Amino acid sequence: MVQARYDIAFRLYPYERVAAQSQPPRRHPVVIVGGGPVGLAAALDLGRRGTPVLLLDDHEGAGKGSRAICFARRTLEIADRLGAVAPMREKGVVWNIGKVFYGEDRLFEFDLSPEPGHRHPAFINLQQPYFEKFLMEEIRAAQARGAPLEIRGCNAVTALTDRGDHVHLEIGTPDGPYALEAEWLIACDGARSPVREGLGLSFDGRVFEDNFLIADVRMTADFPTERWFWFEPPFEGAGQSALLHRQPDDVWRLDFQLGWDIDRKAELDPAAVRRRVDGMLGQGAEYDLIWTSIYTFQCRRMERFRRGRVLFAGDSAHQVSPFGARGANSGVQDAENLAWKLDLVVRGLAPETLLDSYCAEREHGADENILNSTRATDFLTPKSEISAVFRNAVLDLARDHPFARAMVNSGRLSVPCVYDGMPLNGPDALDGPAVSRVGAPCPDAPVGDGFLLGRLGDGFTLLTFDVDAPAHVEEGGVVARRLAFEAPTGALRERYLGQAERAVYLIRPDQHVAARWAHCDEAAIRRALRAATGAEPWI
Amino acid sequence: MDLILTPNLPDPDGFYDDLLAAHEGLSAEESHALNARLVLILANHVGDRAVLRAALRAARDGGETNAGGSGGAAAP
Ligand SMILES: Cc1cc2nc3c(=O)[nH]c(=O)nc-3n(C[C@H](O)[C@H](O)[C@H](O)COP(=O)(O)OP(=O)(O)OC[C@H]3O[C@@H](n4cnc5c(N)ncnc54)[C@H](O)[C@@H]3O)c2cc1C
Repeated sequence: MVQARYDIAFRLYPYERVAAQSQPPRRHPVVIVGGGPVGLAAALDLGRRGTPVLLLDDHEGAGKGSRAICFARRTLEIADRLGAVAPMREKGVVWNIGKVFYGEDRLFEFDLSPEPGHRHPAFINLQQPYFEKFLMEEIRAAQARGAPLEIRGCNAVTALTDRGDHVHLEIGTPDGPYALEAEWLIACDGARSPVREGLGLSFDGRVFEDNFLIADVRMTADFPTERWFWFEPPFEGAGQSALLHRQPDDVWRLDFQLGWDIDRKAELDPAAVRRRVDGMLGQGAEYDLIWTSIYTFQCRRMERFRRGRVLFAGDSAHQVSPFGARGANSGVQDAENLAWKLDLVVRGLAPETLLDSYCAEREHGADENILNSTRATDFLTPKSEISAVFRNAVLDLARDHPFARAMVNSGRLSVPCVYDGMPLNGPDALDGPAVSRVGAPCPDAPVGDGFLLGRLGDGFTLLTFDVDAPAHVEEGGVVARRLAFEAPTGALRERYLGQAERAVYLIRPDQHVAARWAHCDEAAIRRALRAATGAEPWI
Repeated sequence: MDLILTPNLPDPDGFYDDLLAAHEGLSAEESHALNARLVLILANHVGDRAVLRAALRAARDGGETNAGGSGGAAAP
């Protein structure tokens, strides 16, 4: 028996009995537990690279209910590399204008209109189940092309033991239990992570003493496609802050901050929810309530994202409050950081210690995300009298003074972190732009009739600008393929050369800059490749 | 730039007057709010995190002295 903990929006991987259920435990190179956005992204990435992956989920598809809606540019770029972005862009809602209100007053508005020269916008709004569905569709397509990917729905991990050179897993299914073994296990099993619990690992941080009521409503009102945020909303019973945000399918996300001491059951009564929604949308607004729930938020992370042969990614490793939309967005970055490293380790092309760089880099990313979302939450829910005084002072000043608008924090844009000073980094030997410094995710730029990131591929890239270089550089079986540009112009020049005349970049498979130089020195490139694959640090 | 803690205002008494005048007729709560706005405006004007950190330290130490705390134990 497998206990369903939630309803399914899309049945993506129906249970099917497999032969392994009645055979002795089989060993798999990589097993992923959890088919949320992070597990699916990790599976697709590994499978495309040719490393066999088995993904287990205790449900049969994407959960119903209100979870992530804002997917950031970096996530779209990753989905693009994975071949899954087209339906996301087609379905997703692009929004640029945000308005901030304080009581009755409109304080100011901001415009996220994309900086030109990127393939993808700063954000799209898309319900999380769609995001998972589109990843899953690409997994099916990859399977059809022969990628070694297997997904087993209604397979719940019930126990695990780390046996040194592998992990032993007990699985529950509708047809009873069976066991299997994993050389490497990626735990993408969400914030409550049974894998983390099973290993007795701690998950410490801060709980915010606040409840948020989330209502997703369907209506055909002609509210503009904008993000509206109220501090101290003027409508009846709205709580201390409120948010209105558009999703695809004429669905709107409404979010009300209710405070700590509430009667959850009473608040979730549809009549009570409707009173609030009416207050926000105006009496007489016609809508269907399609989902309501009450959330409390926490910011916390595991101390280490690796424990022997088990790697943690996404919510199992770190949890943030949703202000700033950093949960799924950062989890997908975990998946992409881990996939190429694990692929190299499984193939024997990199030492196991390469996986420790996953911890260093993504723990740093988690800290940055936790810092940002903690700050936003502290601004939204002042924790003391004086913090309320300053918060309101900022809001009062924001009406007239641009400097104060910069302090108004209802969640900061989710942007990927830069792996400054991290162990895999090679030299930054170019007097080049800061946006493409060593450790940074490559900024996109138009090239020809496409975009740069689309030309990078799944492996290492040697990106050259007005420099002669070999077509391939190989070191210890790892190949960097050259991508050459002559006389670059516009955003490409601005973002990769700046004042420099020529440049050579070594780009990692996850599109972060590993090293850069003002000229081509093959020996240095080889050394940087060794550094970037964990074989030998640069210094 | 270092935080200036030596006399730097041309007319200290005049400024002090202005400060009190700005608060005239306000309730404690309103004064509190005005002070908060003033801090934010001045902080933006200074625009230098190192100076602001030094100012926050100096302000905090000043309060401790007053309350009989570990006066002047300037943090590094
Ligand atoms: C109200 C709200 C709004 C949010 N808004 C945003 C946003 O706008 N942008 C954003 O980026 N993030 C947002 N988030 C966060 C986002 O939803 C999560 O960060 C994201 O779902 C994490 O993905 P995951 O794959 O790590 O885990 P999950 O999505 O939780 O997936 C875990 C999976 O593991 C499975 N599983 C669990 N236990 C087992 C087991 N024993 N065996 C097998 N399978 C198991 C579960 O069934 C599930 O399918 C929001 C969250 C909330 C609550």
